[in-house]
Amino acid sequence: MATTLFDKIWDAHVVRSIASGQEVVYIDRHLIHEVTSPQAFDEIAARGLPLFRPGQMLATADHNVPTLHQDQPIREPLSRSQVDKLTENCQKYGVELYGLGHQRQGIVHVIGPELGLTLPGTTIVCGDSHTSTHGAFGAVAFGIGTSQVAQVMASQCLLLNRPQRMRISVEGELQRGVTAKDLILYVIAQLGTGGATGHFVEYAGSAVRALSMEGRMTVCNMSIEMGARGGLIAPDATTLAYVAGRPFAPKGADWEKAVAYWQTLYSDADAAFETEYTFDAQQITPMITYGTNPGMGIPLTGHVPSEVPEGEAESFDKSLKYMGFERGESLLGKQIDYVFIGSCTNSRIEDLRTVAAYVQGKQKAGHVEAIIVPGSKQVEQQAIAEGIDKIFAAAGFELREPGCSACLAMNEDKIPAGAYCVATSNRNFEGRQGPGSRTLLASPLVAAITAVQGRIVDITKYLN
Amino acid sequence: MEKFQTLHTTGVPLPLENIDTDQIIPARFLKATTREGFGTNLFCDWRYRADGTPKADFVLNSPRYAGQVLVAGKNFGCGSSREHAAWALYDAGFRAVVSSYFADIFRGNALNTGLLPLQVSDAELARLLAGIEADPQLALVVDLPAQTLQVPAWGAAFGFAIDAYKKECLINGYDDIDFLVNQKPAIEAYEQQRAWAW
Repeated sequence: MATTLFDKIWDAHVVRSIASGQEVVYIDRHLIHEVTSPQAFDEIAARGLPLFRPGQMLATADHNVPTLHQDQPIREPLSRSQVDKLTENCQKYGVELYGLGHQRQGIVHVIGPELGLTLPGTTIVCGDSHTSTHGAFGAVAFGIGTSQVAQVMASQCLLLNRPQRMRISVEGELQRGVTAKDLILYVIAQLGTGGATGHFVEYAGSAVRALSMEGRMTVCNMSIEMGARGGLIAPDATTLAYVAGRPFAPKGADWEKAVAYWQTLYSDADAAFETEYTFDAQQITPMITYGTNPGMGIPLTGHVPSEVPEGEAESFDKSLKYMGFERGESLLGKQIDYVFIGSCTNSRIEDLRTVAAYVQGKQKAGHVEAIIVPGSKQVEQQAIAEGIDKIFAAAGFELREPGCSACLAMNEDKIPAGAYCVATSNRNFEGRQGPGSRTLLASPLVAAITAVQGRIVDITKYLN
Repeated sequence: MEKFQTLHTTGVPLPLENIDTDQIIPARFLKATTREGFGTNLFCDWRYRADGTPKADFVLNSPRYAGQVLVAGKNFGCGSSREHAAWALYDAGFRAVVSSYFADIFRGNALNTGLLPLQVSDAELARLLAGIEADPQLALVVDLPAQTLQVPAWGAAFGFAIDAYKKECLINGYDDIDFLVNQKPAIEAYEQQRAWAW
């Protein structure tokens, strides 16, 4: 029978089905961080249970950590206590921890792939909705709640309903200045913030296949922003070239065996998807969001919609009021106060190289505060090795130490109330970057050009 | 998990779409390491000004409305996977959320917290929101065994779907950990027979 890529991987992980139709699904890799794990460890302890497969877990500290002076103790008491709790739990239960100061520390969705822990054909979960990032490798990866974190700790399995399948194909070549981030912001704007709820999305088509692994991670990362359970892309030569030789990737005969299996991971020609969309890559232009959910995106040169569906006017106008925008207006020329380049969506070396290539020899606008937060220690060190840090410094961009930072403002990196921030992160929700902050989501290239110009511009007129 | 009891209550209307979990419980409150106490900060930035005083126009501060059922616009609970959102609603006294659809992760988190995500049609949701706004005392009955949301004053009973296993879990206060730990022999057998493992 013709089978989708998603079902091939899911089927290979079903331990058994139960009468109601739910399935016991085996989890290969469980990633944890300081925010969503402490209550799960407590749950396990309260029941006197051991961790079933601690060797298949990996921990890092990312959400809460400061991005300055990581060599010193964390100053903020609650953040310090949560990070300390993670260290204590990992020691007690024998879980590998790449904590603050470790050479492999970083955002959980950045370090998994760069260490070769994220592999095609695997199931990966984490108490974080952006776990869908790992789907870029042809893995079934999705975010879970803390109760489920405890379930995986206790059994290495979850009891799940199989999602529906959706395929989103983007065909053709992306135009100059249009990146993976624009592609996914465009798709989310078309489907809406709940448009893929209940589905697992496979991204396909020539424009997707042409993306680097970093670009594919950006696309899969934002699957949750249209409600999808996860997103994935069939592994190919690009995937194998990225994975080969990474610290935890299979080696020698194991590699050959793995590759033979991975080459079977694609959707069969006649495989059925409950929902299919096809988009033309040529229609995609550099994007930006104007509202308070990631579905509220427009081309940089476009206008805020003047009409909204009946019944949605109250939410829509509340959103525009929060952002300080009007129906029907253009965002071009709007002054920007902050630029944030970072997060699990866009903090990889390729993103930093894109920014550096543009800002080299230029200067950020005087009124803009521009911070760049690398996704991991390895990204940070690579940037330094390539001399990118000096380009940033000369252009007035501040390169910080790794963490989730101003994406969700759990640490000190917050955008003040009322200020506008062009961010390469994934969410523009009210208060996401700090109470009252106003976020406009965009690509690293758009963010870099905005920082230099100090306002929203048509970037196609400013490309190097 | 507490057993889910039949609710005889009233509703609190929040007619906004796409309410994300960052609004339900902002990230800065996720530094706690226990499950309790999140209710105080439920909808914090909609509910309180920066100085901590309540905003009179937010529904949770209105003397008109009270009850154990939150009735909210479609796509409730989108965004972050934080289960703290379900804990905050539960801690604030809610036992069910009615919407015309829920984000997947929130739905699962609610069920694992003992909070019922009760999905009705768009038309039923609009009628309920209008009905509660017109009469805040409108009695609601949530009968999980019968899978109905009843409005006795209207002689109406709206049916809702729920997975049979999760329904039993809610009614009996069971969670998935016990079930999964009991699957250990099958899980170990699975690990032995896998065709490929990294």
